[in-house]
Amino acid sequence: MAERPILEMTGISKEFPGVKALVDVDFRLFPGEVHGLMGENGAGKSTLIKVLTGVYDIDAGNVALAGEPVRFGSPLQAQHAGVSTVYQEVNLCANLSVAENIFIGREPRRYGMIRWSEMRKRSADLLARLQLDIDVSAMLGTYSLAVQQMVAIARAIDISSQVLILDEPTSSLDASEVEQLFRVIRQLKGEGLAILFVTHFLDQVFEISDRITVLRNGRLVGEYPTAELAQVDLVTKMIGKELAVLEQIEEQPKRSLAALESTRAVLAAQDVGRKGAVAPFSLTIHRGEVVGLAGLLGSGRTEVARLLFGADRADRGQIQVDGDPVAIRHPRAAINHDIAFCSENRRTEGLVEDLTVRENIVLALQAARGWSRPIPRRRQDELVEKYITALRITPPNPELLVRNLSGGNQQKVLLARWLITEPRLLILDEPTRGIDVGAKAEIQRLVVSLSDGGMAVLFISAELEEVLRLSHKIAVLRDRAMVADMANTDDVDADRIMQIIASGATS
Amino acid sequence: MNARLTAAARHRLFWPVLVLAILLLSNLIFTPGFFKVEVREGHLYGSLIDILRFGAPLILVALGMTLVIATGGIDLSVGSVVAICGALACLMISKEADQNAVSGVLIAVGLALGLALVLGLWNGFLVAGVGIQPIIATLILMVAGRGLAQLITDGQIITINSSPYERIGAGYLWTMPVSVLIALAVTAAAVVLTRRSALGMLLESVGGNAEASRLSGIRSRQITLTVYVFCGLCAGIAGLMVSSNVSGADGNNAGLFIELDAILAVVIGGTSLAGGRFSIGGTVLGALIIQALSTTIYTVGVPPEITLLVKALVVTAVCLIQSPAFRAKVFRRRSRPPTAPAVADEQPRVEVPV
Repeated sequence: MAERPILEMTGISKEFPGVKALVDVDFRLFPGEVHGLMGENGAGKSTLIKVLTGVYDIDAGNVALAGEPVRFGSPLQAQHAGVSTVYQEVNLCANLSVAENIFIGREPRRYGMIRWSEMRKRSADLLARLQLDIDVSAMLGTYSLAVQQMVAIARAIDISSQVLILDEPTSSLDASEVEQLFRVIRQLKGEGLAILFVTHFLDQVFEISDRITVLRNGRLVGEYPTAELAQVDLVTKMIGKELAVLEQIEEQPKRSLAALESTRAVLAAQDVGRKGAVAPFSLTIHRGEVVGLAGLLGSGRTEVARLLFGADRADRGQIQVDGDPVAIRHPRAAINHDIAFCSENRRTEGLVEDLTVRENIVLALQAARGWSRPIPRRRQDELVEKYITALRITPPNPELLVRNLSGGNQQKVLLARWLITEPRLLILDEPTRGIDVGAKAEIQRLVVSLSDGGMAVLFISAELEEVLRLSHKIAVLRDRAMVADMANTDDVDADRIMQIIASGATS
Repeated sequence: MNARLTAAARHRLFWPVLVLAILLLSNLIFTPGFFKVEVREGHLYGSLIDILRFGAPLILVALGMTLVIATGGIDLSVGSVVAICGALACLMISKEADQNAVSGVLIAVGLALGLALVLGLWNGFLVAGVGIQPIIATLILMVAGRGLAQLITDGQIITINSSPYERIGAGYLWTMPVSVLIALAVTAAAVVLTRRSALGMLLESVGGNAEASRLSGIRSRQITLTVYVFCGLCAGIAGLMVSSNVSGADGNNAGLFIELDAILAVVIGGTSLAGGRFSIGGTVLGALIIQALSTTIYTVGVPPEITLLVKALVVTAVCLIQSPAFRAKVFRRRSRPPTAPAVADEQPRVEVPV
């Protein structure tokens, strides 16, 4: 490793309206190293990359490239200076040839004409350097995602070869493709390139990186040599809760799991999975039972919920409702089996912002009845009034457009929409994220009282305290696979779950 | 008083109503008796009645278009459907031994409307069933439909002489033009269909957020299909009106560019092309604005070669006046309305999970 960093960022701050995305963050990158940038969603990883490559302006702080202070106004400028980025979603043109993709916008020309033969030859040479032997005149779309990723990297290192940023490059690759990509990364590292590697996969960052920088809530937690960092420490640093503090959560007395599980399961999933989303898992949920899904963001928790609700179609496995095998191919099928799902993305997948509070609340019930059997207005008003009061939605005006409500109240509207359908299984994906403490406590209390009333609840949250406090049973996800499924007994604590998240061990 | 004025100005139909009023009033300058409506031979006569009468087909087409646009779609084929239905009805009647037989006319009308339903179903199938983008799906029938209409008329203009059929477009009932009554009835039917059933809310939901609607269990395909069928039917009725009014079917020119006027009427009426909230009242006003504009251009005596240009200029002005962003820019000196903070609130919140 060289003595002097090729890239040095000091005191970087970036503020968006209402949110401090980055606060006084330092970051260094040396030639010939792979540097992992870790943190949960919203920790500021993407912002840091975008600030570095000129997508965003910097509010405060300095960037130095090879000792020279720089400030990029656009990704193009950054590229010319030697900093290229390969994004998570391959952003090349699938309908152009491999060679065209590599040279688009900078085609070798003579007398204004593109020199196709030279372009093909240079592309082939470039890919040979990455040990990739493919037909460069074939359409990019005919190749696998891994190859496309490789082509993107080839393009990036051909344009500039000092700093290469890989933003979640492995998220859509399978194990062998990841191996292929890592071989290329190691080779480029050997050639002296500085590589910034962002991923959600803990195993991968430990396998490939030399050093790790951890961000949390827009602040720098620290920079560590990978060899000196244990996985569990990394998780602790990312989540930011000291294990000792977590252990002091007061446990509420819970109904015995054995009693709950003596009845027939409301829903039982057997080896349900979907390629590219989540590995096959099995899960049973009984009447009155709260099952918590724990795991880091991006570990596959939402994917589990979406498969059970039919929002995505499972490509294997079987789901039983009340012991009968059922096909849940779309949300309507799930709703017919009295399953409800509150998405974590309130704005894009939950609420219709142009409609009023009342309309949003009655939407699912009305959808189940069909358009020709409208819910009488008086009945609508009764139902809406009842839930506005019960959930304390403020302002208590059913005719307000839902877009004008705060996040917590929007969440309650979404909850109300499903509660009036009287579901037997309620799936809550991050119901308390981004809402204030008071609303959070109310929603937690609601979950307890609903399950006391006999409703089965699948509760997904990134906050371990919440999962521990509410759940009778906890399933843990890690790297898009369910790695543990256990009763929430007294000896289960945050420490233990974090161990599982970090190591994947079930014992 | 001032507060009441501001409240009125905030109503979603305020600007369309204002524009229509200005258009009509400006006619007074050129035609002093513009607002005079009199009863002649038991029929209502006057410029205002003419605007309603000639505007009826556009109102119908725009009604169907409103619901289609509310789902986030568009239907470019309405002009062709107008031509096809007029052509079919006229062809059937022209083959009758007695063109004045009511039964023959009824059969012709029934078949033409049946065909309109089928054409709407075809559009709906392409959009909701196959999943083709609405603009492309309906472009197919827009182009092919003209050919179909000419096939029906054999490339000729079919003229008929049938007094029962003539009544649809040119007749009177209870002193009112029949076409106006039909437009009124269909408008009322559309209001009842959307606002008395849950169709209106569900299609606003589909147009406003398709993914959230799917996750709420809404049968969006069924709703989308229904809306295109309704749109086809509306265009079919308009086609009968147009051909009845001139007692003939012209496969080439009947309903030409009416889809553009209809889209314009919907937009002027305050329904967003992005889908979601729709206003049937706004659309009717929008269609009347366009018809009033055409009438005004004729009565004022704008030279024929520049009528389209004048129309374009007025439409541009109308759209600008309707745009809140434009108004904010032009009338910036005026104090900001108290809704300003709510706009700031609409900024997407960036959520940082703890």
